[in-house]
Amino acid sequence: MKLSRRCFLSFVIGGAAGTTLSPLPWKMMDDVAIWSQNWPWTPVPPDGEYTYVQSTCTLCPGHCGILVRKVDARAVKIEGRKENSLEGGICPLGLSGLQLLYGPTRIQAPLKRVGERGQGHWQTITWKQAIDEVAGKLTEIRTRGNPQSVACLVPTDAGTVPQLLQRLMTAYGSPNFLRMPSADDAYQAVLRLTQGVEGYAGLDVENADFILSFGSALLDGYGAPVRMIRAVSRLKEQKGTLVQIEPRLSDTAAKADTWLPVKPGTEVDLALGLAHVIIDRDLVDAGFITAHVEGFDAFAMMVRERYAPQAVAETTGIDAETIVRVARAFAGARRPLALYGRGKGQTPGSLKEALAVHALNALVGGIDRQGGVMGMPAHDYIHWPEVMPDAAASAGLRAPRLDDAGGDRFPHARHMVHRLIDKALEAPGDIQALLVTEANPCHNLPDASRVKAAFDNIPFVVSFSSFMDETAMQADLVLPNHVYLERYEDVPVQAGAAKPTIGLCRPAVAPLYNTRHLGDVIIQIAKAMPGGVADAFPWRNYEACLRETLGYRWETMHRKGFWVDEGFGAAADSFVLMDDTLGAIFMADSPVPAGDAAYPLLLVPYDSIRLASRYAGNPPFMVKTLEDTVLQGQEGFVEINPDTAAEQGLHQGQMVVLTTPVGEARVRLHLNEGTMPGLAAMPRGLGHTAYDGYLAGKGVNINQLIGAVQDPASGLDAVWGIRAKLTKV
Amino acid sequence: MSSNDDPKTTPSPSAAHSIPYIILFFILGLAASMVVGWVIFPKFLYSQKNQPFDFSHRLHLALEDQSCQSCHFFREDGTFSGAPRLAQCIGCHDQMLGISENEAVFFEQYVARGREVPWLVYARQPDCVFFSHAAHVHGAQMDCVTCHGHTGTSESLRPYEENRLTGYSRDIWGRNISGLKSNSWDRMKMSDCAKCHLQYAEIHDSSVQTQRDACFVCHK
Repeated sequence: MKLSRRCFLSFVIGGAAGTTLSPLPWKMMDDVAIWSQNWPWTPVPPDGEYTYVQSTCTLCPGHCGILVRKVDARAVKIEGRKENSLEGGICPLGLSGLQLLYGPTRIQAPLKRVGERGQGHWQTITWKQAIDEVAGKLTEIRTRGNPQSVACLVPTDAGTVPQLLQRLMTAYGSPNFLRMPSADDAYQAVLRLTQGVEGYAGLDVENADFILSFGSALLDGYGAPVRMIRAVSRLKEQKGTLVQIEPRLSDTAAKADTWLPVKPGTEVDLALGLAHVIIDRDLVDAGFITAHVEGFDAFAMMVRERYAPQAVAETTGIDAETIVRVARAFAGARRPLALYGRGKGQTPGSLKEALAVHALNALVGGIDRQGGVMGMPAHDYIHWPEVMPDAAASAGLRAPRLDDAGGDRFPHARHMVHRLIDKALEAPGDIQALLVTEANPCHNLPDASRVKAAFDNIPFVVSFSSFMDETAMQADLVLPNHVYLERYEDVPVQAGAAKPTIGLCRPAVAPLYNTRHLGDVIIQIAKAMPGGVADAFPWRNYEACLRETLGYRWETMHRKGFWVDEGFGAAADSFVLMDDTLGAIFMADSPVPAGDAAYPLLLVPYDSIRLASRYAGNPPFMVKTLEDTVLQGQEGFVEINPDTAAEQGLHQGQMVVLTTPVGEARVRLHLNEGTMPGLAAMPRGLGHTAYDGYLAGKGVNINQLIGAVQDPASGLDAVWGIRAKLTKV
Repeated sequence: MSSNDDPKTTPSPSAAHSIPYIILFFILGLAASMVVGWVIFPKFLYSQKNQPFDFSHRLHLALEDQSCQSCHFFREDGTFSGAPRLAQCIGCHDQMLGISENEAVFFEQYVARGREVPWLVYARQPDCVFFSHAAHVHGAQMDCVTCHGHTGTSESLRPYEENRLTGYSRDIWGRNISGLKSNSWDRMKMSDCAKCHLQYAEIHDSSVQTQRDACFVCHK
């Protein structure tokens, strides 16, 4: 035998055949695939013990219950919570909360500005230095006899932390404790005027069978976002009706049974036109009217005279037949509910409109009953000893508020931040110091550039932000708070909750950085100040204060994560539909957007559930969910109707300059048939200059283009749009 | 003239003579590679590790009254405890029980020093899989044997075999290198999960793993 080349080849072929008949290649294929997933440089989070922490999300006023999933000490996921009255499920922002916790934009220690304002040059200081500096500066202002020149800006005034801050202001001697504007401002005034309730509106959307929404973004973050989305789903399942009134085909309008593209700014006329039909055809809830309503005849006379469907059709652009049909369907429903608050409810809006919408609920008996609007008294669980202002404080407290809210001129308003900004610009010496907590006025208030200019006029600005946002950038000192996943805090739910609920926010993880709880910082600042200020703060620290305040509720809240008072307050005693005060409001002019005939278009902001537009900046997860007709690379878009574009010879994707009386910006065009002709629409929440590379420089901040418009009826900021023009680049 | 007439291309008598050799070598190659694939390859692929010390499931099962769940129990929140922690063992082994060598190792190395026993878990699934014991044991009323075989009656612990390439336990692929199995507990690859779930879906119409978006039920 001779080993030939053929024998060798034969051996190889036999080997190959044998190999395919053995498990080797098949097993290797599987193993190599797995091996390639286990390369040492592939990041694999370490395994550990899985636990859940029940807490409450504070990223929007919805205050949904959350479950934070942890592996050992790391938080790895945030989920919704099912078992409480705060509905299960979670919105994109709540889900992305971990990116805020672990993201690069966190402020890691107290900072003191070293360069010019806004340059971002900081020096790290110790907490003792930071607190001494704030206390020292405040004491100096007080010693000069100007405690009223210190103002404080907060996102909400409910809960122990804002209340501690208000207490600090009172003990210090300043009446200038201001809450960021929202639709709550208008709802509060409406409840006070009609029902004598000092509190907030509970909206029983779950039990309504007909929802008439005046531009409320029910599917895009109005109220408690998850709760609203579920309520709309339930409404549809139960064959209820949703009518959406707004000039742009939003997600909510697209899902509605009827979409009424009303001319922007004429919503109040439509509401009163509907009231006309309901009264005229005797569709009112006679029982409720007789038993509770005062001033029905006067109200009826007003709407009969001024809001006949024909006339309203003329004003609003909705034909009379539709108005009659919707009014009849609304009044004919078993539990109809009319909702006020444009978009997510971030602007107070027109008090007249809020009042008209609330009147619709009253006409059909939808007040303080299932499926209606509840006048919820403000949460009343904080019982602290009365502050005893010393002489300096008493003098300061007697001074008028910087924004004139609540005075003779603006009796219906409690917080008017836009007037504070005006004041800073017009009378620079009047505001010596401003403390800002968890709010970002330099981005979120209308005419953001003007707000920044106002900040330049305030000599001492302290931010307590956890993130390097636009407002922190304008501050002299930053005393970073823990983020909500690192701290205890009571968060009373006010966003339309139909049962009085207090959520408990509690630490899911230990603080990552050298930050400090705002509650503790307030107490420490107070204690570092001489005189009566320190005396108003008997607590050792914030946690002691919180436990003492919550009292018997603490155990339950700690176990379950929230506290619910069953049932709501007394049913409506009386409902004032019309008196002299309300008559004056109904007769007042509607707020008019700035600009003249040189600006042919109307620019309106819209809200998206995929864009955070309050204190928290949009986390990277959410930026990724935006369509490329909203944000493409770094470029933002403005939406207009194709007909409007054709008139000006513009086309899809074209770069244009959008100019308003307030500012201008380069944007791309998106042609959308759902936008009313003559309208331009832009989302809120883009165009940040601060934060990190994941958010800064993306799109345009619509607040650079619109300015505050004072509501003639209330003085609140009622801006809903501005006149604008487009020019080709 | 056709090329067949070319003397250079005519098969030589020696070529015909070599055909049996060619077949022989083919069979040799076939046989050798089969031996490599079926016998040698698995030996190379898996490394063997011994457990820290030996343990008799049979002995413990006889002493405990709640069968497997005496030691492998569900926590109050529904999660599964898995391999027992030292704290559980100490319930009985707070002092030396018996004089066996294994007991001595256990007591001296771990109990006395308060160290957890680094058990090598045969059935550990990779990280990318979410598996709930509760859904299977409580929900579907399955017994332990269906997946884990007759571990409960074993006298001693077999060596733990680790795939050198993937780092996974051999039990996932199964003892049989061909991937074939005769018992339900022989293998724990995804296809084995799927097989059972498909049947279950047909019978009960309730297996979430066969619905749309089913990937994310296990691969979260």
